[in-house]
Amino acid sequence: MTAPPSSGRAGWAAFRSLLLRDLTVLDRDLKEFLPNTLMQPAMLVFVFTYVFPHIGQGVGGSGNAGRFSTLLLGGLVAQSIAFQGLFRVALPLARELDITNELEDRVLAPAPISLIALEKIVAGALEGLFAALVVFPIAAFLPSTPIYLRAHWGTLLVVTVLSCYASAALGLTIGTRIEPRLVPILLGFVAAPLGFFGAVFYTWDALAPIGWLQAAVLVNPVLYMSEGFRAALSIGVGHLPVATVCAALLAFSAVFTVLGINGFKQRVLG
Amino acid sequence: MSTAPPAAISTSGLTKVYPAPRRHGAALTAVDGLDLSVRPGEIFGLLGPNGAGKTTTVGMLTTRIVPTAGTAQVGGVDVIADPALAKRSIGVVHQLNTLDRSLTAWENLYFHGRYHGMSDPAARRAAGEQLERFRLSHRAQAEIRALSGGMIRRLMVARAVLHRPAVLFLDEPTANLDPQSRMALWDVLREIRDEGQTILLTTHYMEEAEEFCDRVAIMDHGRVLALDTPAGLMRSLPSDNGTGSAAEDWRRVDAALSEVVALADRLGLDLDQVRRRVTLELVFFNLTGRELRE
Repeated sequence: MTAPPSSGRAGWAAFRSLLLRDLTVLDRDLKEFLPNTLMQPAMLVFVFTYVFPHIGQGVGGSGNAGRFSTLLLGGLVAQSIAFQGLFRVALPLARELDITNELEDRVLAPAPISLIALEKIVAGALEGLFAALVVFPIAAFLPSTPIYLRAHWGTLLVVTVLSCYASAALGLTIGTRIEPRLVPILLGFVAAPLGFFGAVFYTWDALAPIGWLQAAVLVNPVLYMSEGFRAALSIGVGHLPVATVCAALLAFSAVFTVLGINGFKQRVLG
Repeated sequence: MSTAPPAAISTSGLTKVYPAPRRHGAALTAVDGLDLSVRPGEIFGLLGPNGAGKTTTVGMLTTRIVPTAGTAQVGGVDVIADPALAKRSIGVVHQLNTLDRSLTAWENLYFHGRYHGMSDPAARRAAGEQLERFRLSHRAQAEIRALSGGMIRRLMVARAVLHRPAVLFLDEPTANLDPQSRMALWDVLREIRDEGQTILLTTHYMEEAEEFCDRVAIMDHGRVLALDTPAGLMRSLPSDNGTGSAAEDWRRVDAALSEVVALADRLGLDLDQVRRRVTLELVFFNLTGRELRE
């Protein structure tokens, strides 16, 4: 009797092919993905760092407009990764799991269900990375005010990987638990607090005068992404210690991976 | 010692109990101790009213529903212990459209091949061949939403058999198809059958089961009530009053038919065809009753 071919190898081959499928779909969706990714950051950069300084609006504190553009860069890159990772995983998944049943063939790929769920996270993480690459030049070169940048490559690499992964894992966690009809709520009740309380437009230490808020925002994963990108890219703006950022993002990644894979299993296995 | 080849599907005491809903209601036994053995190359039909346990059975055999108890093997692989490996032996066609709407018709086949470990050239070749064989080549680059119901079902069959599974599961494959599409689908299913593909079919259409299946199991309330060839099941139908045997009934039918033939002869009528016939539908109603299942 011959031994059956290795399950593990077949599983990873299926994983790679599932990833290839998702990237093929991303490539096809580029004409929607690009404007969707660019629009909000471009508007924010334009209004906050061009319009407001020109009309004398005092956003970003008194006088130091360059500091605001610099801190905004890290925040916008973080927010783009978080939103793209989250939405590119959660939205199709909510639809495919509930209405269209079109996940069926991928669920029947010869790989363990947890590996199929993990592929969703990796695909979403790559899409988040792509969003960051697209948004970075906008946030770095569009502002009319000066930006003070210096890349710490090691920190940048680790923060980017962890931010992309944690965002996509959050997408899997939410996408496996939300009904398609409730998807619009995601914008108001998930995306808005993630962005507004994610230290995108201010640094975490600047919240010191509002102690309760400074403590409350610590549960927001986007906070650590914003602070992490500031640590990796900016000069002259405060940020959380890199070790704290990495530990928090690792913890969020682990929790969302477990919740996401469990949610996926519950939805596809009876 | 038996030298019979291993069964394509074999289950023993396969059971699925859905726990009681949190607030009220009772636990539901959807499949109750199913023992089944399907031979390689066999076309096996699973018939039963709504809620009989057919879809749950298919779900357990295709790794999508985790059984509460019992064992199940498909293509010699333990479905419960190693679902990832078992999925290589399984092809599934559902009654709902499960095609990937983000991909074209050709890509649905190509990526299916890739998921199942085919190389790029092998998957390309297989996708082209399947489109040709299922008469879909002219729609290779079509989006799924542009395909008709019949094309969608044919494409789903093409996809399900592309990786040459040990068993093809057809869960009400002709539901919601117009007569022409149904006929076209049966044409391709016959081709697959003639190549020796083992098929497990669930259907509400008795005439399909009668014509297509080697053996049929009639299920209700999670149990198999009768299992035989379609002809065997029809022979087993007891007489209406419940006292006589089926053989007696047949003798009465034969006698009546002889009278019809003699009468036609006397009147100078040409009879085109005289058939005596019990349908599988009658057997089905006899076993499962006529009350509405909703």
